Amino acid sequence: MPADVTLSAMAARPRRLGARLSPRIAYGLAAPSVLLLVLTVLAPILVMIVLSFTSYRFGETGVEWTGLENYSQLVGDRTFMRALRNTFAYVAMVTPASVLLGLFLAVLIDGLGHGRGFYRLVFFLPVTATLVAMALVWKYLLHGSIGPFNLMLQSLGLPALDIFGDRDLALAGLAAINVWSLAGFNMVLFAAGLTSIPEELYEAAAMDGMDGKLDRFLNVTLPLLGPTMMFVIVTSTITAFKVFDTVAVITHGGPRGATDVLLYTTYLEGFSYFRMGSAAAMTVVFLSIMMIFAWIQARVLDRKVHY
Amino acid sequence: MSRPHRFRPGQILAHLLLLFLAFLFLFPFYVMVVTSVRSPQELFVPEFRWLPQQFTGLQYYIQAVTDIPALTFLRNGIIVSGGILVVQLLTAIPCAYALAKFEFRGRDLLFALVLFSLTVPIQAPALPLFLGLNAIGAIDTYFAAMAPFFLSVFAIFLFRQTFRSYPDEIIQAARLDGMSEWAILWTIVVPGCLPAVAAFSVFSVTAHWNDLYWPMIVIRSNDLMTPPLGLSFFADSESGANYGALMATATILTAPLMIGFLLAQRHFIRGITMTGVK
Repeated sequence: MPADVTLSAMAARPRRLGARLSPRIAYGLAAPSVLLLVLTVLAPILVMIVLSFTSYRFGETGVEWTGLENYSQLVGDRTFMRALRNTFAYVAMVTPASVLLGLFLAVLIDGLGHGRGFYRLVFFLPVTATLVAMALVWKYLLHGSIGPFNLMLQSLGLPALDIFGDRDLALAGLAAINVWSLAGFNMVLFAAGLTSIPEELYEAAAMDGMDGKLDRFLNVTLPLLGPTMMFVIVTSTITAFKVFDTVAVITHGGPRGATDVLLYTTYLEGFSYFRMGSAAAMTVVFLSIMMIFAWIQARVLDRKVHY
Repeated sequence: MSRPHRFRPGQILAHLLLLFLAFLFLFPFYVMVVTSVRSPQELFVPEFRWLPQQFTGLQYYIQAVTDIPALTFLRNGIIVSGGILVVQLLTAIPCAYALAKFEFRGRDLLFALVLFSLTVPIQAPALPLFLGLNAIGAIDTYFAAMAPFFLSVFAIFLFRQTFRSYPDEIIQAARLDGMSEWAILWTIVVPGCLPAVAAFSVFSVTAHWNDLYWPMIVIRSNDLMTPPLGLSFFADSESGANYGALMATATILTAPLMIGFLLAQRHFIRGITMTGVK
């Protein structure tokens, strides 16, 4: 049945405007992009995959084919496995917090009579701010002795926290910055989802005796936001997974590896130690995980259409 | 129009909650600006004061543009993100037009490759791109900072969607008038799709202005550093403990996008969240 529908749709579809023109024009239009696509995306990815099977070091002339050795070494590489664990732990903190905060802000602002524009502006501000600059501000803000955050804690009679100097807190500190810079983005996506919920559904719910705000939220808003929710979860996960700037600026992976994350470790391996072969293997792992996320994202988008 | 049961107490409670959160969200910006105008001695007293006891005026801002080459970073940011944007528009627009309005062999393959590339972050081709740029002696140049981003598959994707809904009749009429396809594209179709161009420009400039990863790999000299790279380099140097100058520099380098955002809020929000709603 679906196959029939697609076939008839294809038969009925009018031919494109340029169908009768020489395809040479189209090739001319597309040529610069195709060239760049090959040079900056396709060829480099192929080379990167090939590199991952070699022991290539930058600056060396010889390249030795080592097969899967780089990959088998990664499994036993404590630094790499720690980076992988840290990255997943980081995602597990950032995604739920930024999604829930984004949803909370969107719902709260949507119900306001006045001041929606003001709040949207404020909560979106961190999204536009240069993250490196703001990371430096956060570093000072949470500084172990002179940071305003600690001064406030102390004035309340609480002990000071050296967040980025503490192995147990550093990753959570970075996660907090990411939640701050991502919540406004998610808020906008949820706001778009909220406006697409028809007003009549709330009226119908009210007529059915659903009076409580929470009732309405759980029975009307949340189910209808389902597709948006899935989508926001996946995009937040991808963003969190690519964490790099704050690590490079604030902690450099420390203290003692507590904030080593996948991209930062790969960066050091390739561009600081110049071990291109094993850095390429790390990149393949990174890209594979990204592809899985992208696949889920595409599935979610497909589902979104059916709602 | 209004949702049912809009109680005033609920509204007040919502405002209180939102104002508290807004305060938390704005606090880092406040600290950045206030630290850039207070004397260093104040930073080491064990108490947070809301206002500077001793107002240093523009002292640290002057230091930022003289000692730290903040204006050079600013200029580099404009050159790199501007250069990237121009090439992206020049290459992606014709390709998107071909995909939207032409039928040619390989079109579906090309579009499939565009969709695939949408999911590939810069970190994936980074190693070979670095080796390639090194081989042609281009490391530590503006070209190296820009080249990997000359192609924006996202721009191709976005403009293809936009051009598809552009009326065929107008294009057909222009063809009958004997206009070339390039002239039709740049003088008729693109001017008719300016909102998409604006949204993409915001998206692209923001992304590349703020990028640290790639400049960190290919830029070495201070003269060529983009805002994030210059800032992180300065923070790691000895004078990085000069918080006043550091925060003044951070303010200067964050200001262009912030001002743009405040002036064209709608465009910014749409441009930046575009990837999220594609």
